[in-house]
Amino acid sequence: MYSDKVMDHFTNPRNVGEIDKADGVGEVGNASCGDIMKIFLKVDDKGVIEDVKFKTFGCGAAIATSSMVTEMAIGKTLAEAEELTNEAVAEALDGLPSQKMHCSNLAADALHAAIKNYRETHNL
Amino acid sequence: MKQIYLDNNATTPIHAEVFDEMLPYLKEQFGNPSSVHWAGRAVRGAVEHAREQVAQAINASPAEIVFTACGSEGDNYAIKGTVDALKKKGNHIITTKVEHPGVLEVCTYLEKTGCEVTYLDVDENGMIDLAELEAAITEKTVLISIMWANNETGTLSPIREIGEIAKKHKIRFHSDAVQALGKVPVDVQDGNVDMLVLSGHKIGAPKGVGAIYVRRGTKLTPFMHGGHQERHRRAGTHNVAGIVAMGKACELAVQDLDTKAETLKKLRDKLEAGIVAAVPETLVNGHPTERLPNTLNISFAYIEGESLLLNLDMKNIAASSGSACTSGSLEPSHVLGAMGVPVELAHSSTRFSLGPETTDEDIDFVLQELPPIVQRLRDMSPIYPGQDVKTQCCTGNCCPVE
Ligand SMILES: Cc1ncc(COP(=O)(O)O)c(C=O)c1O
Repeated sequence: MYSDKVMDHFTNPRNVGEIDKADGVGEVGNASCGDIMKIFLKVDDKGVIEDVKFKTFGCGAAIATSSMVTEMAIGKTLAEAEELTNEAVAEALDGLPSQKMHCSNLAADALHAAIKNYRETHNL
Repeated sequence: MKQIYLDNNATTPIHAEVFDEMLPYLKEQFGNPSSVHWAGRAVRGAVEHAREQVAQAINASPAEIVFTACGSEGDNYAIKGTVDALKKKGNHIITTKVEHPGVLEVCTYLEKTGCEVTYLDVDENGMIDLAELEAAITEKTVLISIMWANNETGTLSPIREIGEIAKKHKIRFHSDAVQALGKVPVDVQDGNVDMLVLSGHKIGAPKGVGAIYVRRGTKLTPFMHGGHQERHRRAGTHNVAGIVAMGKACELAVQDLDTKAETLKKLRDKLEAGIVAAVPETLVNGHPTERLPNTLNISFAYIEGESLLLNLDMKNIAASSGSACTSGSLEPSHVLGAMGVPVELAHSSTRFSLGPETTDEDIDFVLQELPPIVQRLRDMSPIYPGQDVKTQCCTGNCCPVE
């Protein structure tokens, strides 16, 4: 069902956890739909994403996409990270089963929510 | 690594004796039982012997058994066949909210064609209310369709009482006993059942064969029209090997049933007690006592079922889940929903269904591997309050204890 890359990120998720005093926090989904993703950001003075961590409640696809988006976002500027799409995350994982494309593929949305939160709390 | 199969409610391995019994009918015994010549004669007896074996397992007569291709076919035949045969009498069906899709989807389809369907509620254990059932009966009611045992939770319906109500009101009673045979006693006389559905692959026969009991004198419009097989009740050249397997599997299913059920229950109870002791904040879904001896459906708060299944699978442990992700829809289990299990706990539900091959070592292995997996997933979960926060699962809602 899942690609090797999905299984790799599911089994060994990168950047799990929380960032103490994060610069931005975003959360999407809810428990009733079966997926919640929470993303924590650390942003440097130049507006580059220095660190990302995540916590996810959800299926294999939800955990793997969360893990993948953290890898993709680290080192990017906020503007670059805002360009990341859910589809690009799925692509980077060599695709997701079709029924997972809409329900469990929210990691980029969670990242964008965290960036939005960063901008709001920093009056940018 | 040893493979541990705890998904016997989904399907079962073929029983060795069943396999041996059916093998000749896949090789030299190729005849069509409807043929008059030697090739046909050689297999006709085998089909009739299998019919006797099925009948005996459920206390019916051989003439009341019709072979089908699966449980879903039996359910379709019983319900659609009744609605058509009794259309002059009425158009009302009573069923429950926790039936298998093989019944539920037939009912929602029939609603579109003018039938009225009452879907009975269940309580938090998955049990219907008999008074509600009786109150739902109208003069238009033609069928009561209630499963013997629920496939997700194992909850057993009060079949004898339902049968009595059906008899008192002279309403036909269909029961899907696909999950019941071989786990609890199934007796069509005792249960006052008019139509009873069985499936081979849940009891050690291969996929692609099933049977339906139709009480003598029960008018039922055929589902499959065509040849005259099965006394015109089900067209199609007999699946001889499958039917032979079905017969043998039914015979074996009821052999030493008490002992087998006792063993299953002991192992299941050990698994249940072991998990509940090792993992805080779980919720067992299903009736505490009126439940199949092999089934444990349990929710692990804060984690999603599929991610747990995938982790168990990496340890070669096969189980299943009522989460939306595994049901192929966006909604988690309709059964748990009807029982009032909060939706997030339905997403986290996991079903372990034991079988005759399950060993004590299997259970020990699961009890060793499962708790750390749950903890790892919880540590990754944004809704997990942490190990130190004391919470209490009250009717499924886990709330922090002040
Ligand atoms: C209660 C119940 N009814 C019907 C079925 C359908 O049986 P089959 O797979 O043989 O069509 C199943 C199997 O999933 C079941 O558990």
